[in-house]
Parts: sequence; structure tokens; C-alpha cells
Amino acid sequence: MAALRVLVGVKRVIDFAVKVRVAPGGAAVQTQGVKHSLNPFCEIALEEAVRLREAGAAAEVVVATLGTKASQETLRTALAMGADRAVLAELAEGAAAGPREVAVALAALARRLQPQLVLLGKQAIDDDCNQTGQILAAILDWPQGTFASRVSLEPGAVQVQREVDGGLETLRLRLPAVLTADLRLNEPRYATLPNIMKAKKKPLEVVPAADLGVPAGPPRLRLLQLQEPPPRAGGEKVESVESLLGKLRHAGRI
Amino acid sequence: MILGFSDDFLGFPDDFLGFSDDFFGILPPFSRPCSPKLGPPRPRQPPQKPRGESKSFAVGMFLGRLNAEQVFPYPSVLTEEQEQTLRELVGPLSRFFEEVNNPFKNDALEKVEDETMKGLKELGAFGLQVPLEFGGLGLNNTQYARLVQIVGQHDLGVGITLGAHQSIGFKGLLLYGTPPQKEKYLPRLATGEWVAAFCLTEPGSGSDAASIRTRATPSPCGSFWTLDGEKIWISNGGLAELFTVFAQTPVRDERSGESRERITAFLVERGFGGVTHGPSEKKLGIRASNTTSLHFDSVRVPAQNVLGGLGGGFKVAMNILNNGRFGMAAAMAGTMRGLLQAAVAHASTRTQFGAKIHKFGAIQEKLARMALLHYVTESMAFMISANMDRGDPDFQIEAAISKIFGSEAAWAVADECIQIMGGMGFMQEQGVERVLRDLRIFRIFEGTNDILRLFVALQGFQGLGAQLRGVQAALRDPLGNVGVLTGEVTRRLRSWILGVPGWIFGVLNPEIRPKEEQFALKRVADAAIDVYAMAVVLSRASRSLNSGLPTAQHERLLALSWCQEVKPGISGISGEFGNFGGKFGILGGIWVDFGGKFGEFWGDFGEN
Repeated sequence: MAALRVLVGVKRVIDFAVKVRVAPGGAAVQTQGVKHSLNPFCEIALEEAVRLREAGAAAEVVVATLGTKASQETLRTALAMGADRAVLAELAEGAAAGPREVAVALAALARRLQPQLVLLGKQAIDDDCNQTGQILAAILDWPQGTFASRVSLEPGAVQVQREVDGGLETLRLRLPAVLTADLRLNEPRYATLPNIMKAKKKPLEVVPAADLGVPAGPPRLRLLQLQEPPPRAGGEKVESVESLLGKLRHAGRI
Repeated sequence: MILGFSDDFLGFPDDFLGFSDDFFGILPPFSRPCSPKLGPPRPRQPPQKPRGESKSFAVGMFLGRLNAEQVFPYPSVLTEEQEQTLRELVGPLSRFFEEVNNPFKNDALEKVEDETMKGLKELGAFGLQVPLEFGGLGLNNTQYARLVQIVGQHDLGVGITLGAHQSIGFKGLLLYGTPPQKEKYLPRLATGEWVAAFCLTEPGSGSDAASIRTRATPSPCGSFWTLDGEKIWISNGGLAELFTVFAQTPVRDERSGESRERITAFLVERGFGGVTHGPSEKKLGIRASNTTSLHFDSVRVPAQNVLGGLGGGFKVAMNILNNGRFGMAAAMAGTMRGLLQAAVAHASTRTQFGAKIHKFGAIQEKLARMALLHYVTESMAFMISANMDRGDPDFQIEAAISKIFGSEAAWAVADECIQIMGGMGFMQEQGVERVLRDLRIFRIFEGTNDILRLFVALQGFQGLGAQLRGVQAALRDPLGNVGVLTGEVTRRLRSWILGVPGWIFGVLNPEIRPKEEQFALKRVADAAIDVYAMAVVLSRASRSLNSGLPTAQHERLLALSWCQEVKPGISGISGEFGNFGGKFGILGGIWVDFGGKFGEFWGDFGEN
């Protein structure tokens, strides 16, 4: 049990506080000069892994991402939050990746690093795909526990409480397994400034994405177009409930 | 003796300006002998030749010469790795201030909440510039300035707690400490286990720092000093474990053999015994910071705790302050950013007369002027921090200018922010009234702006004294080929430099002379501040245009607006930039478009 290794997949996303703007052309959003940070759900996954290590249940936390050179910054943040080492599956500048490509890279890393547990965020706040963990589990043919709100390790297995529509569901998965973190799993810690400085000395390995079997070329998921949400039309005041219902009916809302 | 204006003029000892050896031994033409009561003369050094020309832009300005090197191009000192580090640090610190620190509560409690204080210590905020080997973050001045901006944006009360600790509290130890002193104290200070405080001011000694009466007497065996005296208004006075204390000490004059009083700095631990503090002062602002009097009653200080050499205390004190002023400008720049965001948030949501009020020219002009003051201050802070980081020895006039400008700009911006918000701004819940109260002190402490203006002018003239003959020639060909700063500016500076001091001391009745000198000096300082401000924004905007930053066109507007439209209103100096009318509307609009969040498109110094 003590030798248990946890692999945490993370993603660099535009910070949640930034007002995202579509770049001219509609093929992408503006990223230049825009604050990026570690995807909040990935932070939760990482925090859980670090807590497992601190509790003695895990021996090592490896953090990995598929991304361009800029993602190194995200990995450094993860190291500052407590990961032991990091791997960047590096994409060429300008290359893009979707959930499948990320899952392919993480699967190759999982085969190489032999973790007993792979923890991911349930989704990234930029594209909200919510697919990577599931695809990864399928590729590895491991059991999966998504939307985890509680995780406890047992010898050779992990108990996962999941937040599902009807309430909470508890599963017991044999290790190795893939878990994705939901919002209420934990409250991630702040990276302290001294830990950020110390994180500079932690190992960060860079592997070309192609070496991990990530296919060259555009991702399978094709993005057709991005559009700004339409500006909010002005509201309207109504005199009575009847007129409100009438208008809603007229608008086809009820 | 370099500053001997008149007996009762400023009362600075002769090394008031004692940071740069370039200037020692240079007599301005109008200087007269200093009376003994002004304070002890420094031990006479052999007359020194100026150690090469100063490269300071401000010094050059007084010589009628364009010292462009420190100002153009706008300096960038961070390596790629340092920039990366900075970007990494900005996030967690901002987040701490957005999610954990509560400025309202700190203000109401008149202390930084315990949990917040603990969090700040864990975060590493108490050791930003302590070298890595002593457990700090080892940041340079530019990195420090960027982080201080964040603090200034959110909570100046916390800012003073942190600043009193590291910007002045133990800065002397960083600058002058011996290796054993550093080893002993820095690790504990870096983690915040020990808080530090800077103890200069006394009941009878404020701006006239040389007149302190706290005294240390040596033991007959020479192994310790006995410290007695009272200090007032000491930030962190009630929290600190380590104090940098300035006291009069007897120092034997090498030549005459007589003993004279000279100021010496000491590192005093609270645990030495005999150190007590008064109750927390009730203050207009920065209430979250702790301010007390301190009493030293026969405190036994080991001889090895002398800091910066026996009799070197005044220089230590002035150097600590000179090295910290850029940080105040950075903090003020952060404060203004926060104020702009508040003003924009209000102006873009408040509807009156059927329109959002940011559509009105009166509001747009206010926002634009606020944005200008912010831009100038920020540009000054980072130019000076960069000058310091690359080892330019003369930055003291510029640092003083940035403190004066930043604190006055922030006051104006806070005032206008409240004005834009109207009745809302006056209400506590908006937090702007607290900011207004908090930042008032910045025009007062660490050298009042009035004293600093004299300092700017006097320091400038000092170089002039040595160069006067050259100056007259230089001024006939003002500022060479740099058209942007010529004309009016030079004419005015020339008239002040050559016109005022040269004769005013001779023709005025002594009874009115000191005042008259100060009137003149203040105006000289204002002119110097204006010229420096223009140079700084022109330089920064040029860099942004050259490197194609997304903000470049906006900065172009800011820089040109500053030089063209704002300046004449302030000092009567105007540049030659043609007509750029209508810019205020555009500038105000840009801020509104970006929701007051410069960070979103503010390319350099990390995103925020």
C-alpha cells in the first residue's frame, strides 16, 4: 500500500475570473495576455492526491498534462501545491488537443508510470467536455469512479462516493482505477510562495506528445465555430400575473 | 558639508542626502558654513573627486543634460525565469487577498485578523526579499514591487504591517547586516515568526531625524550598550520582536580626539528586557496596522548588535528609507487600480437620466484622469525598481519623486472615485472611504511629501554646484536633440535653476529667507516631478509600442494625454504634442470596456 503511486492529470485553462472573448474569426478565444490558471476541478483532484500522500496512503504524486510549453507554468503550480514530480506531454506551439488526445497521452503515461490510481477533474472549465476520465478508463480498461465527492483507499481497492442525480452512490473499485473529482471532494489549499520557490527544484520531465502515441494533426473533436453569447435583451415589466403568463405563452415558454 | 543652507532651515545633518558618495565634498555655490548645532559633521573624508558622472535622469535634469540611459528605453530587468516566477507568485497572492483577507474586518477590529496573519506568514509574505538561503523568497525589487501592488490594491492596513516589517523593519539588516547578524535573525524574520519594526521617530523628532534623543551608552568593558529613550508611532510596535533602533552615541573624532554625538543603529530584541510598548494608537486610517509608542529602559544591547557601524546610523536610516520608497509607489499604483475598478464598476452599471453614467463626458474625464495618474505612478515604480535591480547607484531623487507623486495621485484618484460613486462612495460598505482614510498617511510618513520636495530640489542642486560652469554651457543647448522634452520644460527649469537660488539668498532679509527658499525649492521640485513623470510615461509607452503589446495603443493615448493635456493644469509645463483633444472620452471608454480590469490585457508584469 505504501508504494501506491497516484497520477493526476491537470489542464491549463483561462482563469475563471476572466471574461472570455472570442478572437476575430470565431475559431478560438482570445488567449494572449489573458490570465490562465490550473483548472479548478484539477486542483481538487490534485489536493485529494496530496492528502492521500500526506496521510501515508500514497507514496508519490505525479502530475501530468498534455499541452504546449506554456503548460509548464501550470505544472509548476501543481508542484507547489504538493505534487512530487511532473510530466509535460508537449504539443508543438499552436497545436490543439481534445479529450481523446489527452486520454491517449495519459494512458501512455499510466502504462509507463504504473500508478494504482489516476485522479482527474470531472471536467475543465473551458470546454466543459467531461470526457477525458471516461475515455481514459476505457483505453486502460480500468474501473472508473466519476464525480467523486469522497474517496477512501482500502487494501487493493478504493471506495468512491459519487454525486449522481438521485443523490449519492457509493462504489468500491478494484485498483488500479480512474477517478474524477467533483466540487465537494475537498477544498484545495493555496500554493504558498515558499513552496512555489521550492517547486522550481522538483523534477519536471518533458516528453514529446508524439512519443506517447498522441496522433499528429487536428484533434478528433472538431471545433466548428465560436460565438459570443448574444447581448442580453432588455427586460420588460408586466402589470399582473395574467399578463406575465400571457406573454410567456405567446413566447412559447409555457 | 553639502547642504548648508541656513542655520535654522532644515536642520538636516550634512549627510541627510548621504547615499551616494558622488556628492560628498561638493559645495554648492550658495552654501555657507554649517553651524555646529545642526549636528555633527561627518568625519572629514579627504576631498573626493566625483566618482564619474551620475547617470540619474533627475540629476541630469538639474544639470540641464539629458541622462537618458536610466530612462530610455524603459528598463526591463527580469530574466525569463524571474518573470515566470513572478507570474506564479501573482496568482496565489491575489487569491489570498480576494478570498481570505477581509479588509473591512481588519479595519473594524483595528488589527489584521489572527487567521489572516497566520495565512500571510504561511504564504511567505513576510520574507519576500530575504535571500533564499535564509528562508525567504529572494525576490528582486521589480518582483517585490509587483507583489506589493497586489497588497496595495486590496488592503493598505495589511500593506503597512508587511511593509513596516520588511520594507523598513529589517531592511537595514539586509543592507548592512554582518553575516552573523543575518544568520541569526533573517530565518525567523522571513517566516514571520518574528515581526520587525523600524524605530526612528520620537516625540521631539520627526522630519528632523537628526535631533533624536534616544541614547545608547557603551559599557566600560565595551561588550554592550545601554539604550534609553522613547519612540513614537512605530508601526508593528506592539507585535515586533526585533527593532531597528536609532540612538545617539558618543563617537570619538579621530582628529580632535573629542567625543561627539553621532547616531548609531542597533538591532534590539524585545527579549533583551526593558523594551515595552504603549497602547495601539487610534488612527484615521491603516487601522489594521499596529502603531504604538516604544520605551527603552536601560536595555542591554550586545555590542555585536550595532548595525552599519558606530556613528553610521543616519546613513543607515536614510538608506533604508531611500531603498523602500519605490515600494510605496508600487503600493499606490495597486491602490489606484483597485479604485479604478470600483469607479468603473459603478459608472458602467449606474443609470441616471436614462443612460449609464459612464456615457457622460464628466464621468469619462474623471476616469481618464484617474487612469493617467495610475499609469504614471505604475510606470515610475517599475522604472525605479528596474534601475535599482540593475545596480544603477543613483535612484534616490527618482524614488522620492515616485513617493510624492504616487501618494498624491492616489489621494486624487480616491477622491474622484468617491465622487463618481456619489452617495454610494460615501458609504462604508463600498470600502472606498476606508481606502481614502488608509492612503492619507502615505503623504506623511517615510519622509513627508513636503520634506521630500525639498530633498528632490536640494539633491538636484547639489550636483549642479559642482557643474555650474558646465551647466551654463549645457543650458545654452538645452537637452540636445531630444525634442520631446525641450522647450518650455527646459526654459522653466533653467529659470529656476539659474535664477532662483543664485541670488535669492543674497537679496532676501534673513528673517524671511528660509521660507522663501522653501517656496522656490518646492516649485523646482514640482517641475522636476513633472519632467520625470513625462519622461517615464513616454518611455514606457514607447516600449509597449515597440514590442507590440496589446495595450500599446492605449498606452500611447495615455502618454500623449499626460504630456499634452494634464501637465499644463498642474505645473504650467506643456509638451509639444499637437492637439489630442477628445482623448479623455476614449480613455474613459477603454477602462469601462475592460471592466476596470487592466490585468486582462495588461501584458507585462504578470496577469492579475
